[in-house]
Amino acid sequence: MSLGRFCATIRGVLLHVNGDDHEVSAPDHWTLLEVLRYRLGLTGSKQGCDKGDCGACTVLLDGRPVISCLVLALEAVGHQVTTIEGLLPAHLAQGGSGADPLQVAFDRCGALQCGFCQSGMILSARALLKRNARPSETEVREALAGNLCRCTGYTQIVQAVALAVAEATGGALPPRAWEQPPEGA
Amino acid sequence: MAARDRHGLEAPWGEFRHIGKATPKVDGLAKATGAAVYTDDLTLPGMLHGKTLRSPHPHARILSVDTSEARRLPGVLGVLTGKDLPVRYGIIPWTQDETALAVDKVRFVGDPVCAVAALDEDTANAAVRLIRVEYELLHPYLDPFEALKRHDPAIHEDRKEGNISKRVELSFGDVDAGLAEADAVVEGDFYFHGTTHGAIEPHCALARYGADGVLTLWSSTQITHYVHRALARVLGMPPHRIRVVQPCLGGAFGGKSDPFSLEFCVARLAMLTGRPVKMLYTREEVFYAHRGRHPMHLHYRTGARRDGTLTAVDAKILIDGGAYSSYGLVTTYYAGQLLTGPTHLPSYRFDSTRVFTNKPPCGPKRGHGSVQPRFAFEVQLDQLAEKLGLDPIELRRRNVLPPGSPTVNGQRVTSNGFLECLRRVEDASGWRLRRGRLPRGKGLGVAGSMYISGTNYPIYPNGMPQSGIQLKVDRSGLVTAFSGGNDIGQGTNTIVQSLVAEELGLALDQVRVVAADTDLCPVDLGAYSSRGTFMIGNAVLDACRNLRGRLIDAVAERWKCDPRRVLFMDGAVLDREDPSRTMTSVEAIQHAEERFDTLGSTGSYNTPKLGGDYRGGTIGASPAYSFTAHVVEVEVDEETGRITCTRAWIAHDCGKALNPLLVAGQIEGSAYMGLAEALLEDHSVNRFGLHQGPSLLDYRMPTAVDTPELLALIVESLDPEGPYGAKEAGEGPLHPSIPALANAVHDAVGVRLCHLPFTPGKVLKALRELRAREAPERLVVGKG
Repeated sequence: MSLGRFCATIRGVLLHVNGDDHEVSAPDHWTLLEVLRYRLGLTGSKQGCDKGDCGACTVLLDGRPVISCLVLALEAVGHQVTTIEGLLPAHLAQGGSGADPLQVAFDRCGALQCGFCQSGMILSARALLKRNARPSETEVREALAGNLCRCTGYTQIVQAVALAVAEATGGALPPRAWEQPPEGA
Repeated sequence: MAARDRHGLEAPWGEFRHIGKATPKVDGLAKATGAAVYTDDLTLPGMLHGKTLRSPHPHARILSVDTSEARRLPGVLGVLTGKDLPVRYGIIPWTQDETALAVDKVRFVGDPVCAVAALDEDTANAAVRLIRVEYELLHPYLDPFEALKRHDPAIHEDRKEGNISKRVELSFGDVDAGLAEADAVVEGDFYFHGTTHGAIEPHCALARYGADGVLTLWSSTQITHYVHRALARVLGMPPHRIRVVQPCLGGAFGGKSDPFSLEFCVARLAMLTGRPVKMLYTREEVFYAHRGRHPMHLHYRTGARRDGTLTAVDAKILIDGGAYSSYGLVTTYYAGQLLTGPTHLPSYRFDSTRVFTNKPPCGPKRGHGSVQPRFAFEVQLDQLAEKLGLDPIELRRRNVLPPGSPTVNGQRVTSNGFLECLRRVEDASGWRLRRGRLPRGKGLGVAGSMYISGTNYPIYPNGMPQSGIQLKVDRSGLVTAFSGGNDIGQGTNTIVQSLVAEELGLALDQVRVVAADTDLCPVDLGAYSSRGTFMIGNAVLDACRNLRGRLIDAVAERWKCDPRRVLFMDGAVLDREDPSRTMTSVEAIQHAEERFDTLGSTGSYNTPKLGGDYRGGTIGASPAYSFTAHVVEVEVDEETGRITCTRAWIAHDCGKALNPLLVAGQIEGSAYMGLAEALLEDHSVNRFGLHQGPSLLDYRMPTAVDTPELLALIVESLDPEGPYGAKEAGEGPLHPSIPALANAVHDAVGVRLCHLPFTPGKVLKALRELRAREAPERLVVGKG
């Protein structure tokens, strides 16, 4: 690591990320997002604004969604960090196959257009489903209100969460507007 | 148009296996699992970090630049000023007025002045602060009317027309006679405020200059090919020594369709330092880099006969262009040229002027140039319906372009599903029972629109194809499609995959797509003007048909049968007349490679000759047009003035929905964006030229809670020239959102909102004025 003169104190910290322990050295003022992206190479968490407005950097800290550009790396010491990269291996480790059901639902519902907001969006949804297995549409929208998406208009994202819920609870997804035959057809 | 550019509507093997199905995206799981790599996710060994010094003044002459202190800062390896990159560029060849860094003047707050590369971001930021720039302040033009009237000092001193960026006056038919013979004429002023794209990924570029003299640029661009050309021009390098790659892209909407300063700066800094250099704009810089939707002052007169048929439209438009030309020449034309459908205009005149101002430069945003005029015009149609006592949907029906007839400005229209769009939103919204009958404060509004599926002519004149595809066929059975197209989230690569699989009778996982890499892929002009599905799609069909015969012949030879009996389907090969005889597509490919040598093919698409026979008549010409109708439902709180959009029904004619999941996503995303522009978003600068809130908190993009229920309805008109009949879906569906909402507000509370955005303050003012008109005596409250 090469640094210029204006870099602050470099400190080694121990982070628990996706079940692994990482010893990382980074400037004191670096955020968790910066350490994840530029030290650990976990680039699935995105930076959209670097000031807590967009939610693209959302990760889970002990299972709760946090905006990782507003959390110093030092503050994450002693906590379990889950990033988007952690979901698939965790799902496999629990005996599942393929990606996490929420990730699959986002894919199947077309919720991923540019995909830039989705790691944060999926982790916010993951945290919601952990505390509420059958959320209403309003509850889904409220839980995702800290994650801006510019592509979808949120419709297919809300449908994706509904699909994941339906698949987990045996419910059915109502047909989407464009799937219904036109009246008089 | 070459015969090979028309491919027919039929499924190649009897019935569609992939086309028309809601297939997940080719890169969906990569994005969902965090594996997809975007530009800022790339890190190269020894990489430096770049930062830009920007102008704090809206208009000033640069007297001196002193970078000595910055250069002395340990950890700083390169500093650039305007003198290092003096060659002008600009997306439109005739209006190249930008430099990567300001050479002698700055023209808006945020204009790039210097760039530095340092070992880390903090050092780069510190170095930027050590650069001393001496400015002579000049009068800033922040009002387009002032910029139109005076030009001393001019924003661009070498232009003959003062601060005028472009003026277009065109007239079709006798507008004055049309207005004279009208039974009703509505006339009014409208204002569109200006909005920005707000892609969540900020602009980012990374350059590496190899010892072999090859420059590689990874950039979050939606126009790889034009960036390639611009780099060669500005750097003075032969283009074959430049490679431009677009990694996965985090949204664009037109905001990444110019060459941007950072692309040139990282390239030059990489050449200067011999190390890779990356620059990532902050969110604030993205707001200033802008290129968003132009503010427009619009004056419209529209006349109609008693039966609702239009007689004339007369438009005068002043466009606030910001500091540079960007796409402004096209914007100025589009503001007039794209209004001529789906409503038939018997006579039409527009006078459209774009002026420079000292503000962040405007450019193309989803629905380039035509969203603002559409707002004015569709509100006037509603006013005419009201005046004439007609239902607004019925008025639109009576004026729809007759099938097969060109528009008043000479544009050819092939397929047109607008009437079906109207019928779908009318039925789905319960229009006939609900419109005008909802309780006070609730209302429904309608609007319609037409949009291009690509522009007929490339941005720089040339006779080469607009879109190219190359197929590589591997012995493993994998077909790789090399596409120049820019997948910016809209799903171009998914469309390529589905079309290849459909045409060659393969399973989806037997097709992979490599895209937007100028070393590997043939040229496609980029993701703009809604050209992707139509043009890349046709190029894919062409490439597949150039290959398919060899696969069929190899199988027929092996089976000693008539080639017409050979059927490829989902990776299996069948004999239509002998069900017992089959092979896999892998075997078929291997037979074909034995028989014909290494397998591959190319394909391309170019547009037919189109457009009106007058200067500018080709601008707005498109091989096919999409159509949209919206019905929007609102609730207006008369106490607070707050408008809530509760539902929107959006019917869009996309020709053939190659993938309805993607089409629905485009429709919903478009409507969301349009409705947000009407109610929340505002990209304006204050009297100092400063953006009034360059953050994603202050620039109020809707959250999941703010967004209404969006009901996407797909209409298929099967265009004779689109791939299997497909047209665009990415931009058209935005156009009616704003006027439909304005018309719904009128239905709800009786006020006409003509100045965007529709803030509570404007609603309350309009309501007060309405009450004053309805009961003027109540206003007399003062004493004699």
